[in-house]
Amino acid sequence: MSKYLLNKFLFTVDRDPELVERYREDPKGMVEAWESEYANRILNCHGAESSTWLRFEDAEREALAAHDYPRLFELGAHPFLTLTLFIAMFERDHEPLGFQLEYARRLGHFALPYPDIAT
Amino acid sequence: MAELVAVIASTHHPFFYRASTSTGEDRPPFADEWVRKVEAFRETLTKARPDVLVMVGSDHFHQLWLDNMPQFLVGKAPFYDANWYNEEREFGLPRMLFEGQEDLSTYILREGIDAGFDLAFSNELRIDHSITCPIITLRPQNDLPIVPIYTNIFAPPLPRPSRFVQLGKTIRQLVESWPSDKRVAVIGTGHLSLELGGPRQFGPHGPDPEFDQKAVQWIASGDLDGCLSEVTLDSLHLPGNATHGFMDFMLMMGVAGEGKKADYVDTYDLFHTMEAYFTWYPNGGVA
Ligand SMILES: [Fe+2]
Repeated sequence: MSKYLLNKFLFTVDRDPELVERYREDPKGMVEAWESEYANRILNCHGAESSTWLRFEDAEREALAAHDYPRLFELGAHPFLTLTLFIAMFERDHEPLGFQLEYARRLGHFALPYPDIAT
Repeated sequence: MAELVAVIASTHHPFFYRASTSTGEDRPPFADEWVRKVEAFRETLTKARPDVLVMVGSDHFHQLWLDNMPQFLVGKAPFYDANWYNEEREFGLPRMLFEGQEDLSTYILREGIDAGFDLAFSNELRIDHSITCPIITLRPQNDLPIVPIYTNIFAPPLPRPSRFVQLGKTIRQLVESWPSDKRVAVIGTGHLSLELGGPRQFGPHGPDPEFDQKAVQWIASGDLDGCLSEVTLDSLHLPGNATHGFMDFMLMMGVAGEGKKADYVDTYDLFHTMEAYFTWYPNGGVA
């Protein structure tokens, strides 16, 4: 499990308006590009000092590529990061609060305790 | 020595700014009453005539990140820019700039470390809505220098509730021993029951109104023993997956003191989460 990397994806995309749009338009291509270009970047560090060992598990890559936020919840991605990014991408397609309520409905099968989010 | 003139604990609802500034068809039906309550709450700070604000909040994965996550961090800078692109995008929050009370930051760091808290610090901190929301509600003219203090309520492993309370007690001691003639208010914001990114989010009320009732009671009566006997890192998952932010309220109960009844209490039941506002005057009233 690489919950940390899932969160790193959500975190780095959510704070960059251009990446938010790329992820909305072309999730599969964008996730692949992100994994090769950004996944190993230590934030704040020069590119030559990137990490060497970070990669998604297949289930994680697939969930991101499918915009499958219920699956991201199940995999233990931080729910705040997932919610914020998906609101940024899809709130615009719904009535006010419509996307947030659909999001809740689509997670309706989860009962306590929720998947562990510790990284 | 400095004087602690007010202790204020509040929720930080990022939608207040947009709700309160919207007009016509865009203005939600609950906005007028919300504004009225916030203005009454604001008066409790104004009356205390503070010179400096110590602001306790929690970075929501804006500057603080999992590659280097502090549990408690004190800002020590002459200025703080504020609010982030994704907060402008989602909540319509404005960009803001604060002046820092750097000598108090220095004092809190030195004395806090010596008192047993290995506080992290930041010399360049961009602060987020956990601190800008209470400025917007309580001090919209934004004319006072601040010391921001961040707590980790977000990225496990978290400090336990008792640690938040202890830090609150320590902050109080440090403010009251600061060699200065300034009047200081300590303002902290947290959450009552709250769910974000889970099945119980954005309901007609907070996800656990029963917890909220109990929480308001604990805070209003200063019942730290009762609160600490029921609230644990595990128990906070039950009222909603973002309810660990309640520990910032517990920190503020630590600042206010064991058994200290709040001098001002108000709540407002909104969709998504309940608003709650508390003020204590440590010296028994406003001089
Ligand atoms: Fe928050």
